Amino acid sequence: MQLTLLALILALLTVIGFLVGRSRAASSVGGRVAELHSVPAYHGVYVALWAGLPALLLFVAWTASEGWLAMQMVLSALPERLFTGDGQSAALLKADILNLARGISTGREADPLVMEAARRYAALRDLAGWSLLAVCASLAVAGLSWGRHRIGPDLRARPAVERVVRVALVVCSLLAILTTLGIVLSLLFEALRFFTVVSPLDFLFGTHWSPQMAMRADQVGSSGSFGAIPLFAGTLLITVIAMAVAVPVGLMAAIYMSEYAGRGVRTWLKPALEILAGIPTVVYGFFAALTMAPVVRSVGEALGLDVSSESALAAGIVMGVMIIPFVSSLSDDVINAVPQSLRDGSYGLGATKSETIRQVVLPAALPGIVAAVMLAVSRAIGETMIVTMASGLTANLTANPMQAVTTVTTQIATLLVGDQEFDSPKTLSAFGLGLVLFLVTLCLNMVALRVVRTYREKYD
Amino acid sequence: MTDLVERDVAAVTPSPASSPGPSSAPKSRLRSEAFARRLRARHAAERRFRLAGAAAVALAALMLVLLLGSIVAKGASAFLETRIRLEVTLDPAEVAERNYAVPLRRALYAQFPQVTDRAGRRVLNDLLSSGAPYELEAMVAKNPALAGTTQTVWVRADDQIDQLVKGAYRRDLPESGRGISDAKVAAADALLASGALAQGFNTTLFTAGDSREPEQAGIGGAIAGSLLTLLVTMALSVPTGIAAAVYLEEFAPKNRWTDLIEVNINNLAAVPSIIFGLLGLAVFLGFFGMPRSAPLVGGLVMALMTLPVIIIASRVALKAVPPSIREAALGIGASPLQTVLHHVLPLALPGILTGTIIGMARALGETAPLLMIGMVAFVVDIPHGLTDSATVLPVQIYMWADSPERAFTERTSAAILVLLGILILLNGAAVILRKIFERRW
Repeated sequence: MQLTLLALILALLTVIGFLVGRSRAASSVGGRVAELHSVPAYHGVYVALWAGLPALLLFVAWTASEGWLAMQMVLSALPERLFTGDGQSAALLKADILNLARGISTGREADPLVMEAARRYAALRDLAGWSLLAVCASLAVAGLSWGRHRIGPDLRARPAVERVVRVALVVCSLLAILTTLGIVLSLLFEALRFFTVVSPLDFLFGTHWSPQMAMRADQVGSSGSFGAIPLFAGTLLITVIAMAVAVPVGLMAAIYMSEYAGRGVRTWLKPALEILAGIPTVVYGFFAALTMAPVVRSVGEALGLDVSSESALAAGIVMGVMIIPFVSSLSDDVINAVPQSLRDGSYGLGATKSETIRQVVLPAALPGIVAAVMLAVSRAIGETMIVTMASGLTANLTANPMQAVTTVTTQIATLLVGDQEFDSPKTLSAFGLGLVLFLVTLCLNMVALRVVRTYREKYD
Repeated sequence: MTDLVERDVAAVTPSPASSPGPSSAPKSRLRSEAFARRLRARHAAERRFRLAGAAAVALAALMLVLLLGSIVAKGASAFLETRIRLEVTLDPAEVAERNYAVPLRRALYAQFPQVTDRAGRRVLNDLLSSGAPYELEAMVAKNPALAGTTQTVWVRADDQIDQLVKGAYRRDLPESGRGISDAKVAAADALLASGALAQGFNTTLFTAGDSREPEQAGIGGAIAGSLLTLLVTMALSVPTGIAAAVYLEEFAPKNRWTDLIEVNINNLAAVPSIIFGLLGLAVFLGFFGMPRSAPLVGGLVMALMTLPVIIIASRVALKAVPPSIREAALGIGASPLQTVLHHVLPLALPGILTGTIIGMARALGETAPLLMIGMVAFVVDIPHGLTDSATVLPVQIYMWADSPERAFTERTSAAILVLLGILILLNGAAVILRKIFERRW
């Protein structure tokens, strides 16, 4: 409620600032606008920025720190005995206070001290909300009057406004770097916590994966084992199957469309392939689990093979189908970039079309095609939904495509779904897997993108 | 292959022995049996290669048809639901204590006077959806004057009856292998014969939230969640994406820093989506303490994910605007920023819009990162705010796909059809926009 009110007030003050600035700029020169350094609208934006920007920045900084500050104040008032020393109980205590303050029952009898702390926390948050409202609103009003005060014929409003806009543009483009940094840091941080419990060597080279940790330390099999080799093998198996489907089909489709198909056919085929690319992965997963898996199974049984109902083959084939348009559109670009003169030279020597394609066009396009395949591999490794829905959870170390395998992404998804405590090795192992996944796909993408880039430059 | 070509080329070159030309030389190698054979083989290879290409395209198209066909076949029936007609007498006393199950049962028993034993009546009770009393309650709440009257109402049937009417159970199987008891089949047939069982358009599917009972479950909540999530995504990623593209394309100097940003954006576009889910879990939930399952967090994660897509599309659109536009604007005294905002950006806007719509369509269909941040919760209520617990359409599909009931399979397919419908609309809009505003310079 306070937030909505604040947003409304800020928006209103900004609009008022714009109107005030514009009219005051015009009136300061008696309506002869040409005497102003900048157009009146820039004066308007100038005042609006003074009104809105400082208040907005304060608001962001305040809301980012407010909850933490209030919690520290509440916790420092609690007696020592509530903290039994380890980080887990402190986290639990914080969660209790938060839930009680929001009026959610914690499901167990709360300590009166904790209840009191929760009340205090709620009161503090409420107080903080109102004072934020007051401070922000007065800051906005102050900014507005300051900006209005500075307006005059000589105010260089346009350069000032443009400087702010330029900074905003730079900040926006830095957001991408910030995202990458966030990914790397969060994965690294959580993965390091995981590697303090499980040695990285056991993780990377262990052959047994069963992350279920028991509740009590004295329970049988209380420590899970985190050998990720079966997951890597499963990912590899499914990726190989997917590539076996996607690369030949995608490449041949690209060749057909760029070299053989007439204009009319092309205008129909390209959008059809784009539809295939636009279908959400969860739909492919559903298709794999409910249509492809039974088909694969019954075909396998007809051939006298023992096929598991969640076979790697079904998931791999469907994933391959998903990647076909990806491979074909990338290869299509690459093939089209091969200069026509190379083809003409080959035809001039009497080669047929297919000979030209196989012996001239494809070798010339090879680096680009390899890059496309690498991007497709990275896509297949990172794909989650199809394998989660169709290939099961059992960590088999097998090269048999008829059996169920599990992949890195599936494990990440299943380990983190549902309410989990945030610092058990089981949950943290997902971040370890995530780090591996990120690094592998990053390497593939970096190399592939670089190859594509140099390749483009070669023929441009 | 190479040597084949070389030999044929050699064959065409006239040799001094047959100098007057191929026509007058009966011994020409061009007329030889071996040459004709080679040519036939080469042409056959050509045809095979071409056929392989056509087959690849046909295979891809076949897969598309198979995928869509299987989903339509499974899901089309979910747009109909089965209802039972009952003559319900609303006793004021029961209405007062909000007991609506009893009048419904009484009305149902009245249709089967021959059934008096407990087991038989339990079968009858199972014909109705467990949500039927709530339907009646809502009706009375809307019109309190109904208390004390007898009304003809159509209430929802149980999902097994619904599936039976739609022909999902094989009647020729014995009772144990069929999944539905003989008694229920008989009761449903009796109702069907008397016209008290009919199919109508399934509005529940579009209005209700999730439920454990298939006949009461709908995608209304998931659609609302998707809309809220998409709203946050759009509000965040579109302005920042366009701003970043404008900076990188129009203002940024070419140096190591901007090169880094560029490489970074291209890589970010290819990072697996589940990694963004891990980022959201660790940063937004773990570090900032935002609520789980909230569209706000989902939208934030999706915004980070679609940002590179929008930046790349916007840069392509900005690049397509010819430099003469910029030079003309600068020439008459516009500042660089004015040039971009007043002239370049409006001309690039259709392209940017197309890229944005495609990015949004991708965000709408994305599932994996949302699983990480708890949007996989069982949410019955339809979310109204950005911090309410919510789920989105693809995640709802994922959850239903796991449910063993037949009726859920049907509903999953129907939800997929709705999702695909929305995506086709979005992509169609993008294509039409491109067609209308496409401009060749």
